[in-house]
Amino acid sequence: MTVAMEKPEKTGTVEEKAAPVEPVRRISRSMVIGAILVVWLVLFAVLRGKQTLALAAADLTDLHRWFNDVNDSIGANRNSNPLFLYFFNEIRLVIDNLVTFVQELISQPSADRPVPQIGWLGVVGIAGYVSWAVGNWRVALLAVAGFTFLGLQGLWQESMDTLALTVSAVFVALLFAIPLGVWAGLSDRFNRIVTPFLDFMQTMPTFVYLAPLTLFFLIGPASATIATMIYAAPPAIRITAHAIRSVPKTTVEAADSLGATRRQSLTKVLLPMSKRTVVMGVNQTIMAALAMVTIAALIDAPGLGKTVVQALQSLDVGTAFNAGLAIVVMAIVLDRVTTAASGREEAARRSKNRFLTWRRPLLGAGAAVTAVLIYLSHTYIWAAEFPGEGGAGSSIARAADTATTWAQDNLSGLTNAFRDALTNGLLNPFQTLLTDSPWWLVGAALIALGVVLGGWRAGVTTVVCVGLLVGTGVWSDAMTTLASTAVATVLVMLLGIVFGVWMGRSVLADRLLRPTLDAAQVMPPFVYLVPFLALFGATRFTAIVAAVVYAAPVAMKIIADGVRNVPATTVEAATSAGCNTWQIITKVQLPMARGALTLATNQGLIYVLSMVVVGGLVGAGALGYDVVAGFSQGQLYGKGLAAGLAIVLLGVMFDRITQAAARRTSA
Amino acid sequence: MARHWRAGAAGLAVLGLTLTACGGAKVGDSSSDSGGSGSSGKCGTFNIAVNPWVGYEANAAVIAYVAENDLGCKVTKKDLKEEIAWQGFGTGEVDAVVENWGHDDLKKKYITDQKTAVDAGPTGNEGLIGWYVPPWLAKAHPDILDWNNLNKYAAEFKTSESGGKGQLLDGDPSFVTNDEALVKNLKLDYKVVYAGSETALIQAFRKAEKDKEWVIGYFYEPQWFMSEVPLKKVKLPEYKEGCDADAEKVNCDYPVYKLDKIVSAKFAKSGSPAYDLVKNFTWSNDDQNVVAKYIAVDKMTPEAAAKKWVEANRDKVEAWIK
Repeated sequence: MTVAMEKPEKTGTVEEKAAPVEPVRRISRSMVIGAILVVWLVLFAVLRGKQTLALAAADLTDLHRWFNDVNDSIGANRNSNPLFLYFFNEIRLVIDNLVTFVQELISQPSADRPVPQIGWLGVVGIAGYVSWAVGNWRVALLAVAGFTFLGLQGLWQESMDTLALTVSAVFVALLFAIPLGVWAGLSDRFNRIVTPFLDFMQTMPTFVYLAPLTLFFLIGPASATIATMIYAAPPAIRITAHAIRSVPKTTVEAADSLGATRRQSLTKVLLPMSKRTVVMGVNQTIMAALAMVTIAALIDAPGLGKTVVQALQSLDVGTAFNAGLAIVVMAIVLDRVTTAASGREEAARRSKNRFLTWRRPLLGAGAAVTAVLIYLSHTYIWAAEFPGEGGAGSSIARAADTATTWAQDNLSGLTNAFRDALTNGLLNPFQTLLTDSPWWLVGAALIALGVVLGGWRAGVTTVVCVGLLVGTGVWSDAMTTLASTAVATVLVMLLGIVFGVWMGRSVLADRLLRPTLDAAQVMPPFVYLVPFLALFGATRFTAIVAAVVYAAPVAMKIIADGVRNVPATTVEAATSAGCNTWQIITKVQLPMARGALTLATNQGLIYVLSMVVVGGLVGAGALGYDVVAGFSQGQLYGKGLAAGLAIVLLGVMFDRITQAAARRTSA
Repeated sequence: MARHWRAGAAGLAVLGLTLTACGGAKVGDSSSDSGGSGSSGKCGTFNIAVNPWVGYEANAAVIAYVAENDLGCKVTKKDLKEEIAWQGFGTGEVDAVVENWGHDDLKKKYITDQKTAVDAGPTGNEGLIGWYVPPWLAKAHPDILDWNNLNKYAAEFKTSESGGKGQLLDGDPSFVTNDEALVKNLKLDYKVVYAGSETALIQAFRKAEKDKEWVIGYFYEPQWFMSEVPLKKVKLPEYKEGCDADAEKVNCDYPVYKLDKIVSAKFAKSGSPAYDLVKNFTWSNDDQNVVAKYIAVDKMTPEAAAKKWVEANRDKVEAWIK
């Protein structure tokens, strides 16, 4: 509904944007953008260095001090405040018990036993059986192989701790997320209310709320689970809402006309029909939860994240990589299993019916075997503790070390030259323009660009965001971050187009690249920070490279999808008209995938922004450093919080502009 | 047909697994020795915070090892940043922080105001903070070790990040630093660039030594990395009591920090032998560097590193637990 309401006021501009057929109008828009930039540059030359709102690293504003005071008073009163005694402490207790229960089941020694209730053989058995039951035998095989590999890496217990935390966090997240998602799917009003909160939960850097969370929920698994949950729940809510919305109106009407009550049409029509998509939401939530593993380790969350963080302290790339790889393996297994689960019924329906009749007895037999495996792993040491010394793990660690050392020794000349060229040629001038212009000039330029690209509504959002950004007191740092973010996004889009088109045109390329892309998205950034530091030094550029590694896969996947969706007949027509490959790509496929390109820009930017804090650890300074500093030093807490808000504001601003632009291009 | 075949296979698998299992050792067979070092004695549980740097980990590893093996405590190590570890004193989740660098703000907040923490005396380590250069640079240009000569070399320290000035590399935001004020007040032609983490600092120095690059940056001792690359400290104007009182006007070197231990007030009153251990624990910078090197360079687990040091230094340990 909201979309439908937005459209009418934009019809004029939509026509203007129907670009390729109307080159005259298209030029007029790029001319407007050009004019804005020229005016900006001229004024910059005149007003350079005035009213830049710069703030030194240790300086605070009143807002920052106020945040500090709030934080302190919460800490001081937590033992007397009834809100704590009867609310937060209760939540903490429930979640703590849940996590401890799962941990004692699979990862931690429980009661008087030196090993958990279910040992490795049992867990592998359950993983295989469940994967087969909800998916198919192929993913079951993958699950068994994947979990066994974790043991061979010598990381069985750490992996199980991570799994326990992920399972608990996802379980609690879904408990809230699915009902909220259904509600948001049924009610436009609730959807409008909840969307900004979801944006906030996803873009607010985790570092900002880690310290306060330990204030509310104390140190330990409860805080770690809740931190993970906050980050992981939004995708499930959004996708559930989307799933409910996508059920064809006619189907719902048919149910209504047959006299179904509201509850009946929900449970008999809407939910079953959207199940497939909802499972995809669960999948996204699991992936997001795994992305939090290393961050949560900073507040003593057990598991693989701890191994990564500890290895980083002594710059032990090999060990960090080994643990990172375990996270990737677990993510790939969980991803493939949930994906198979979402498509299982359809696949089963299409396959021969004969199999379906045997499914029940086979499931029973499988359950019996699994029960035996669980019993064995509960009773016998060989089935409880993973055998062997984890030799695969140390070989992997050694190989990673060797590769890193080689790259550092042989490539750093090349990489430094590349870094300097890009920093001096693109980043520095752009950053100077943003940070040395008066704040009102940059603000006005951003608003003007927002209006031209995204329409009036996006313009209004930009006005609000610019205003609030000034209010946070970290304007200058925000502009520095903005410059790096923009450069990173340009690189992401370049890579996205090159590889996306390649993957979109060749099934083989897609199949070869996709696992690498998955790995790049799930591998904790902490793992590749050390090699990148060696290659590019502690600079803003290192942060940009880290962000590109994380964000480019998303852009590639979206663009590949867009290119693949260009109708084959159109491409054939162009081929028969004598176009060569280059012409097909530039004149047919890319223009027709323009919607995907805008979406890729949007997602690329959001992903880049989510890496700002990691950038702060490797020399990017600005907002990322402020956030990390706030996490580390009490008197900078308020400033860190303000910097976190600034990152959210930048994210919201770009998201609204690019989404509005995307709607206009696809309209 | 398929049904019989599959059911038969499943049955065989079950049977086979059950049979093979008969021979193995059972969980709980050896429960007598697993419970041995557990919660016996009057020590109970001892929660020790582990802050994220290797030197700290060395302290914690040795204290934990002694508490576990000599005092029979059940030790829980908690990996936490300083600020959060101090928060834990009030909630009873952290008993001790065993290497504290200054942090007057935290002392005021938790010791003076909230009264949830108390000072447990020095660790014996002396913390040096300052500006360091890689050894090759100190050898090639010995006069660089005096701050008066720094402006002469400023151009050599230029990087893509320093905006035409020399770059002074700073570290993790939780470190105590006056560097921006120092650069300004000593009229140095440098810009402070924040590397953002200890990892970034170490990597920068490591590479600078290997490739003979010009790097000057904030660093500190005791630190395991010194045993890999012995960085040289640049002399700043001498520290005098009170010269760093006004953060804006600092123009002197950092004081020598007496690193100390902080424990929760509850723990101090508990009568636990672990508290006496923490209170009595002292050792030298060299001691810490040895253990830190075992962990960081030789890649031993903290427990193994602690064991090795404790066995070689039994006399020192006896003095802590007498």
